[in-house]
Amino acid sequence: MKKQPVAIGYLERFAADYERESGNISIPEIPVRNGIKIAVVGSGPAGLSFAGDMIKLGYSVTVFEALHEIGGVLKYGIPEFRLPNAIVDVEIDNLRKMGVEFIPDCIIGKTLTYDDLHEMNFKGIFVASGAGLPRFMNIPGENLIGIMSSNEYLTRVNLMDAANPESDTPVIKGKNVAIIGGGNTAMDSVRTARRLGAQRAMIIYRRSEEEMPARIEEIKHAKEEGVEFLTLHNPIEYIGDERGRVRQMRLQKMELGEPDASGRRSPVPIPNAIETIDVDEVVVSVGVSPNPLVPNSIKGLQISKWGTIVVNQETMRSDLSDIYAGGDIVRGGATVILAMGDGRRAAAAMHEQLQK
Amino acid sequence: MNKIVSKEYFSEKVVKLVVEAPLIARARKAGHFVIVRVGEKGERIPLTIASADTEKGTITLVVQAVGRSSEKLCALHVGDYITDVVGPLGQATHIDKIGTVVCCGGGVGVAPLLPIVEAFKKAGNRVITVLAARTKELVILEDEMKKNSDEVIIMTDDGSYGKKGLVTNGVENVINREKVNLCVTIGPAIMMKFVSLLTKKYDVPTVASLNTIMVDGTGMCGACRITVGGKTKFVCIDGPEFDAHQVDFDEMMMRLSSYKDVE
Ligand SMILES: Cc1cc2nc3c(=O)[nH]c(=O)nc-3n(C[C@H](O)[C@H](O)[C@H](O)COP(=O)(O)OP(=O)(O)OC[C@H]3O[C@@H](n4cnc5c(N)ncnc54)[C@H](O)[C@@H]3O)c2cc1C
Ligand code: FES
Repeated sequence: MKKQPVAIGYLERFAADYERESGNISIPEIPVRNGIKIAVVGSGPAGLSFAGDMIKLGYSVTVFEALHEIGGVLKYGIPEFRLPNAIVDVEIDNLRKMGVEFIPDCIIGKTLTYDDLHEMNFKGIFVASGAGLPRFMNIPGENLIGIMSSNEYLTRVNLMDAANPESDTPVIKGKNVAIIGGGNTAMDSVRTARRLGAQRAMIIYRRSEEEMPARIEEIKHAKEEGVEFLTLHNPIEYIGDERGRVRQMRLQKMELGEPDASGRRSPVPIPNAIETIDVDEVVVSVGVSPNPLVPNSIKGLQISKWGTIVVNQETMRSDLSDIYAGGDIVRGGATVILAMGDGRRAAAAMHEQLQK
Repeated sequence: MNKIVSKEYFSEKVVKLVVEAPLIARARKAGHFVIVRVGEKGERIPLTIASADTEKGTITLVVQAVGRSSEKLCALHVGDYITDVVGPLGQATHIDKIGTVVCCGGGVGVAPLLPIVEAFKKAGNRVITVLAARTKELVILEDEMKKNSDEVIIMTDDGSYGKKGLVTNGVENVINREKVNLCVTIGPAIMMKFVSLLTKKYDVPTVASLNTIMVDGTGMCGACRITVGGKTKFVCIDGPEFDAHQVDFDEMMMRLSSYKDVE
């Protein structure tokens, strides 16, 4: 997790560079097409970096994306104020100019199956479908109106542009907004809430600030923007009004106990220390798990008990000789830089295999 | 971008659209749906695939204009393109030969009911279809249903067509008259709730196809979550069909009103 600063830090630098350089980005020369067709499932950082390397090696690359936009988490998750879409689009445009074909609105496992891809003569498949499934805490009242996953909140605002009055997609703009969790996604959500007009935007985290997985810079930014941090607090119940809208939440205060298996001191409830606060919007950001859609649709693929695709760590190759995988679908929630690295390694290994 | 190849009005507010989507037409089964988006600032809305033609590469959608997005879609003409159509999504209906199946629907639920009626009939079941509407003008797809059912019972609130009464009256009459092995219900949440209460009383296994708010339709956001048998489920990937007797319809109705104040 601590690799993250490099990742988006790099993209942020790239953002600044882009301002200067835009307009004169050169497209590398592409070798003669070798006629071998390669399919990529998912257009996040893993899929894009893989596609870039394979197209440069002369393959015909098609990227299938379930959503209507190309870019994965870079588009639907990470907010505009941290990574402008224009920057991601330059990268995508370059790939397009080099010959990568992007097919949005196409779900592998649903619209097209693994067998279909074979029939279409794809000789290699790189699965980079991300870790899309949001987790909830399963506590009372969690399905009240105004409580949603960070994926839903960020997708509405980033992908669907819901804060723009011209957009058809609605979003609730809460006055007292609580974000549950301490990762980058939680920081992105809380800073988004602040920008959408929240008077009180709070991070609720059950451990202490030291254990927060978010990058230090993100925590600092959030604080500078007036975000409140309720660390060592854990939600135990939500309370709604007669129309089912969330109005309050009950928080169990915690203290740090003995270190657990991960080495982090685990939080334990302080008896009878329960607090009730007013909230009208809650964003649950307690992690994601891999979307089972692709893994389940491919017979013979080895899946771990966490739902990730099992691959050889060096080659990113799965048990099926033509399927490689990388990014969050292999690692669970990871980072942009790791996802991109996986894409590169998978491309190199697949190229080597196809040369034989 | 998917082209609209034909458009037909079932009633003033209900439109049948045939849309080019060869891959979806090939892959879809009864019970599947698509997510549709109209315009670059458009919302993503789920719509059941009413039927498909694999040769022509088209799917049929039946759309009722109820809000901004469905109105936009209904306003499109033949030759226009729908910005995005993605699918087929959800779990297909579990179709088996089980005996007598009562399929009941009202309002927007009638269109998604059609492929299920067809599939159960094709599998060799005795299919009795109960269609409900407020008044005669709002009864849709009657002929299509008749072609695929052993019997079609029409119920109208005002008695202007068929029998006077609610969908539940129609279903109860059938249950009282013969052995029913399965009931399938699609329609407004309140209707499904009362059908479910009724069939529970008579111990008739019942499947409800749920139409919650959705965003992505692939399990990514949780906007579509509901409670089934005390557990949270995502309608877009676990459903849209569930054991009606286990569904918390009150919570579902509440969640459907999430954006009433915002829209
Ligand atoms: C809000 C947020 C903030 C983050 N901040 C940081 C940060 O600061 N630094 C950092 O390093 N990391 C950060 N991360 C994590 C990082 O974004 C991910 O690790 C990375 O995006 C994973 O890349 P990926 O290519 O594996 O998957 P994704 O980016 O998730 O892309 C997967 C794509 O595949 C598509 N897809 C899924 N299933 C199918 C299918 N069946 N057919 C076709 N397409 C499919 C999905 O729609 C998606 O577009 C953040 C994540 C979030 C959500
Ligand atoms: S619509 Fe997003 S998870 Fe079901």
